Amino acid sequence: MTRRTLNKAEPSRRAVLKGIGAGLLASTVMPGAVRAQGAPIKLGFQLHVTGIGASYGRWYQRTADAALKMINDAGGINGRPVEILYEDDGTDPKRGAEVVDKFVNKHGCDLVFGTLFSHVVIGSAPRAGELKVPYLVCSEGYHVASGMLNRWTLQPGITDARSQIVSMAPWVAANLGKKVTMIFPDFAFGHDHRDFFTAAIAAQGGEVIAQIAVPPTETSFTRYFPQIPADTEVLYHVMVGPAVLTFVKELGEFYGSGPKPAMFGFIDSLEAVDIATPGLEFLEGSHFWEGHNRMKPADAGEHEAAYRAAVGVDDNGASVSDPKDVATYSHMFSAWETLYIIKAGMEASGYQGPADRQKFVEAVEAMTEIPYGIEHPQGAKRFNGKTHQVFGTQNISQVQGGKLVRVHQTSIEDGLYDDAVDYTAQPF
Amino acid sequence: MPILCNQMAFGPFLLLALLEGTVTAAVLALTALGLSLVFGVMRVVNVAHGAFFMLGAVLAWFVASHVPGAPALGFVAALVLAPLAVAALAAVADRLVLKRIGYDPEATIVATIGLLYIFEQAALSLFGPDARPVPAPFTWRIQFPWFGYSGYKLFVVAAALVVLAAVWLMLTRSRAGLIMRATQVDRQTARAFGINVDLVYTGTFALGAALAALGAVLVVPIQQAHYLMGGDPLLLSFIVVIIGGLGSLRGTLVAALVIGLGDGIISMFFTPTLAKIIATLAVALVLVFRPQGLFGARA
Repeated sequence: MTRRTLNKAEPSRRAVLKGIGAGLLASTVMPGAVRAQGAPIKLGFQLHVTGIGASYGRWYQRTADAALKMINDAGGINGRPVEILYEDDGTDPKRGAEVVDKFVNKHGCDLVFGTLFSHVVIGSAPRAGELKVPYLVCSEGYHVASGMLNRWTLQPGITDARSQIVSMAPWVAANLGKKVTMIFPDFAFGHDHRDFFTAAIAAQGGEVIAQIAVPPTETSFTRYFPQIPADTEVLYHVMVGPAVLTFVKELGEFYGSGPKPAMFGFIDSLEAVDIATPGLEFLEGSHFWEGHNRMKPADAGEHEAAYRAAVGVDDNGASVSDPKDVATYSHMFSAWETLYIIKAGMEASGYQGPADRQKFVEAVEAMTEIPYGIEHPQGAKRFNGKTHQVFGTQNISQVQGGKLVRVHQTSIEDGLYDDAVDYTAQPF
Repeated sequence: MPILCNQMAFGPFLLLALLEGTVTAAVLALTALGLSLVFGVMRVVNVAHGAFFMLGAVLAWFVASHVPGAPALGFVAALVLAPLAVAALAAVADRLVLKRIGYDPEATIVATIGLLYIFEQAALSLFGPDARPVPAPFTWRIQFPWFGYSGYKLFVVAAALVVLAAVWLMLTRSRAGLIMRATQVDRQTARAFGINVDLVYTGTFALGAALAALGAVLVVPIQQAHYLMGGDPLLLSFIVVIIGGLGSLRGTLVAALVIGLGDGIISMFFTPTLAKIIATLAVALVLVFRPQGLFGARA
């Protein structure tokens, strides 16, 4: 059992490696310095490359890259080219805050955006507030509009879970049933579903008869299903993480060919999953919320085709280069739309550099009606500057012949609720 | 939140709990077996065990998605190829890393933590971050009057029994098993009798990894292949191996049954979180009152 000691060769090898590293660094930094038309605007994208949000992260990056290309091809922002720096947050709140720090203090980013998972947002927003850097999230959580975060955190690219739920609950009560059992992930995002759907269905004369919370890292679900009461009329399910397919498959096995309640799911339970996967046949006839219809509806808007082409998604919602690579279509538009909000906000505020960060936030707060267009392909929206939250339309789709077919679309008004905060009254 | 109001009747409820518990027990026994074997013979703790499990699952996905025809064909191919590939990798890791540090217990823990990260990041880089489904070789489902149940899950139980029996026979009846046991008892004396201890160590490490991979191939149709999936099996394997007694196959089996069935029943009648709390508590109690485990020999 002899232990090797460091020999003389090793320090020199390390020196060589250092040299290679320095060379690589230089080669990536240099091109920025030689560019002609002024320094680029640098945007930090807090990306879920690894961890439970990885499937989303991959598509968020593709979507943001596509929007970036379109913006730069059209002349950038305020005549300057735009760059996005991606940094992996591991879908982890602690790492998220570190990434915000790194973007601002190391890379000198003008702002930070793109975060999806709500626990990462909640973990990162305080640091963004301390650093006084605009933080534009795509997380669907109610934590922005609830007043829990700060003046620097905005959600202009995607509606929040509360609004989604409030707008769809009347349809669920009227069409599927009034006795509802909920299955949801046991963290902030799932708790929004639990709290707001329970209240919303009660307002329709319905009732949530059981709430089943599942840890987001769970890999086996059959053991949770016996908690579903037998007199459930509607099973409301929303699940996230790498095991979503196992979740729906086991649900199908559990009910088998026996009687089962009507099912209303958030497409989150099936994001990045092919609905034609063997074992999912039982979903036929069930309903899903979709933020943005994965399978192109017959009456899709005029910009839908151009948006799909730009992000590389076919009419079934899968990658054009690999039909098995299914997009996180209901959520990823938020990366695109948030980037266009950044462009609009920077142009309205005449943004020049980090000194104008406050002016940028004020410019976004001043936004109200956001029209449908290639900049906002999911649909028209209405921004509430006081709560920092955007409102939009929602879709309910039914699985018909193995396809998701839109059967209902809510209006912006359906999803409005009373303000819980006025961020504009808070100091910067 | 205990339930049982207005849900399924007690009988079917217990049946489902027992089915789930038995499947958990089988999966636990399969994954803990390799860890127990490696510790028993080599007296080292292999923290990369969960990573070998994960590699087995990811390779199963890779093989299954490249074999045309019925899902059963791809599954059988994966059942053969994935454990072999993982065993080869483990043998290389043993020769390149563990042998160099002389199987020093502490150094081995650190080295296998390193291997764990390397394997996980390699899987992330080469296979991507998505969870990948592997179709089960058959989709037969049992339909009870109260609920349906995957027939494949019961197949996993049967397969686990076969694998456990095969390993036990190999250890007790074959010449290779005799050599492994001899090395376990006293490696110096074994060497004096002309046993190539290095080869035995490499072989045992590879066999342990292959068993993890085999377990993973069997499990992956009911879970999914994902680069981070090794964490849970590693933790549970440690729980089972500590309770059963490090190095004792019989202990591993008994502990897997206790933990698995306990997990199934407590998860169903109370909550899965409580089941995990109790399993962890059991480990603490065993470590305090019977550090060698239920069936382990006193070191």
